[in-house]
Amino acid sequence: MNDASLAIDVRGMTKSFAGHVVVDSIAMRVRRGEIYGFLGPNGSGKTTFLRLLCGLLRPDAGEGTCLGFDVRRQSDEIKRKVGYMTQRFSFYEDLSIEENLDFIARIFEVPGRARAVRESLVRLGLENRRRQLAGELSGGWKQRLALAACLIHRPELLLLDEPTAGVDPKARRDFWEELHELAARGMTVLITTHYMDEAERCHRLAYLAYGRLLAHGTVEEVVGGAGLATWAIAGPDLFGLAQTLRRRDGVEQVVPFGNTLHVSGSNPAALARAVEPLAGRGYRCERVESGLEDVFIRLMSASEDNFP
Amino acid sequence: MSRYRFRFRRFWAIVAKEFIQMRRDRLTFGMMVGIPLLQLTLFGYAINADPKHLPTAVFCADPGTFGRTLTVGLRNSDYFDVRREAASEAEVERLLRLGEVQFVVHIPVDFTRRVLRGERPALLLQADATDPAATGNAIAAVNQLADRALDRDLKGPLYPLRAHVGPVKLQIHRHYNPEGITQYNIVPGLMGVVLTMTMVIITALAITRERERGTMENLLATPVRPGEVMIGKLVPYIMVGYLQTLLILLAARFLFRVPMRGSLPLLLAFMLLFIAANLAVGITFSTLARNQLQAMQMSFFFFLPSILLSGFMFPFRGMPGWAQGLGEVLPLTHFLRLVRGILLKGNGFLEVWHHAWPIALFTFLLLGIGIRRYRRTLD
Repeated sequence: MNDASLAIDVRGMTKSFAGHVVVDSIAMRVRRGEIYGFLGPNGSGKTTFLRLLCGLLRPDAGEGTCLGFDVRRQSDEIKRKVGYMTQRFSFYEDLSIEENLDFIARIFEVPGRARAVRESLVRLGLENRRRQLAGELSGGWKQRLALAACLIHRPELLLLDEPTAGVDPKARRDFWEELHELAARGMTVLITTHYMDEAERCHRLAYLAYGRLLAHGTVEEVVGGAGLATWAIAGPDLFGLAQTLRRRDGVEQVVPFGNTLHVSGSNPAALARAVEPLAGRGYRCERVESGLEDVFIRLMSASEDNFP
Repeated sequence: MSRYRFRFRRFWAIVAKEFIQMRRDRLTFGMMVGIPLLQLTLFGYAINADPKHLPTAVFCADPGTFGRTLTVGLRNSDYFDVRREAASEAEVERLLRLGEVQFVVHIPVDFTRRVLRGERPALLLQADATDPAATGNAIAAVNQLADRALDRDLKGPLYPLRAHVGPVKLQIHRHYNPEGITQYNIVPGLMGVVLTMTMVIITALAITRERERGTMENLLATPVRPGEVMIGKLVPYIMVGYLQTLLILLAARFLFRVPMRGSLPLLLAFMLLFIAANLAVGITFSTLARNQLQAMQMSFFFFLPSILLSGFMFPFRGMPGWAQGLGEVLPLTHFLRLVRGILLKGNGFLEVWHHAWPIALFTFLLLGIGIRRYRRTLD
């Protein structure tokens, strides 16, 4: 992998606030044109890491490049080529849709500004409502406006911080469609999310907890790397069964999924000994592939044990 | 870094955005125009530091001519509004206690006789001095009034008595404002008060709002430089400050007929310094406040001493030493001296310069703190 094919290549990125380490020596490599998912519990340092990448925060330690520019010294160059979409809607609610786009275009000194704004409005499908105040838009439309504003200066890297939180499934699907289209045209996307279905739509992912990177790779690599065996169990009184199973040897995690229980453990033989006897007592048991969610819940609870 | 210096186009984008937001935020815009108008009406018309027509009772025990003359003289003065002629000492006491009158003028029994004998009889003025500001000037006025009222009767053979009536004549000379018109003092001062109030609040709010709504984070992720954001946000409010100044100057000239003896361009130049001082306060507050409410509270925390200790509300020289010391720190104190110096006394640059440098010093110190704190909020 040479440097030119990497959009992000950083090592040892560390940041603490008031003595509390929020991002702890993170290394990350993201290829150009890749959609990279960034997962982890609330407060795990995802947002802080994004802010370090786009030059909003200065790292305490660490080095590397973002789009070929030094993350420590060339944050101005990086800012020109990055589109950063904050977790909260952070455009001006008292400005109209068009005024918001125009403002961002002016700040980035976009050449042919009027045309860029007009094209952006057309792509959004908002040319009729361009005079409407941004504050009057619904959640899904606000998110689309924010994405359009982040794209107006044709960035090479998009940093999206939980862009789909509180957005309905249809709008989310359209949003992901657009991300894949952008990635196909060479845009690199780093996106944080809590949704498993979204995690599975990423080319590669990373899992972060307590400021540390616990797993990364493709979905298959992350699931495989966890070494977790999982059984799905269906039958009567699953709630009572879950209580019993949690006490058995070999069972490390029991998670209800609707009408089935997902029972996981890192020792497949021990897990089989714990689960198989149920088959004779009216329960339907089958070995399934561990899902991302099983793996993440496992990573999350394991990290809690390691860093109380 | 050095390749990305201050860019006029980005700065201008911020200015344009601020103007759009200002136009949309009707309440704040109303405040910016409304506060000068409201204060002009309140201080210009309603509040008078030299109150007149104070309710007065006369207790005239003297049946002679001079007692009557004096009563008429009181009735004719602006300061006194003679509502009662008390009949007894008890009534005098009751009127004062109930607050029905502010003054009682007591003319003793043998007043006329003793004037004629040249004995300089005592004239008792009882005042309800619970509000000293209200009574001070009236008490001074009664002195002259007694002399003048009696002068009219002391003619012909009685003429020599005049010399005895007021051997030590109280003389009050009022410079720059011979008629003692409160508005001459208040209206120029209002410029400073209005600017202090609106400039501090508006800048503190404008910057805190960006942070509270999360838009600051977005701005900082763009190539725009902190200096461009800061100056871009301040320039529109400097213009608003001048608009307010213009409004008050027009009112001063045409409504209140305040004399303008000094140079107007000089005043407007110093005005920029004063506006800068208040903007610096606003910026500093915005870096300390976590939300707009806190920014508002801090602004009032600054505004109150400014209005009370600057010499706008109360005479500066009448305050105790420690209060004067605090007042000397505030830009408004020096600005009031500067404005009054230029407008009322016709002072030139060299005469008001010593009022300007304390404002400049204050501005530099606060701007230093503000910018240091502003930088820190990024990280």
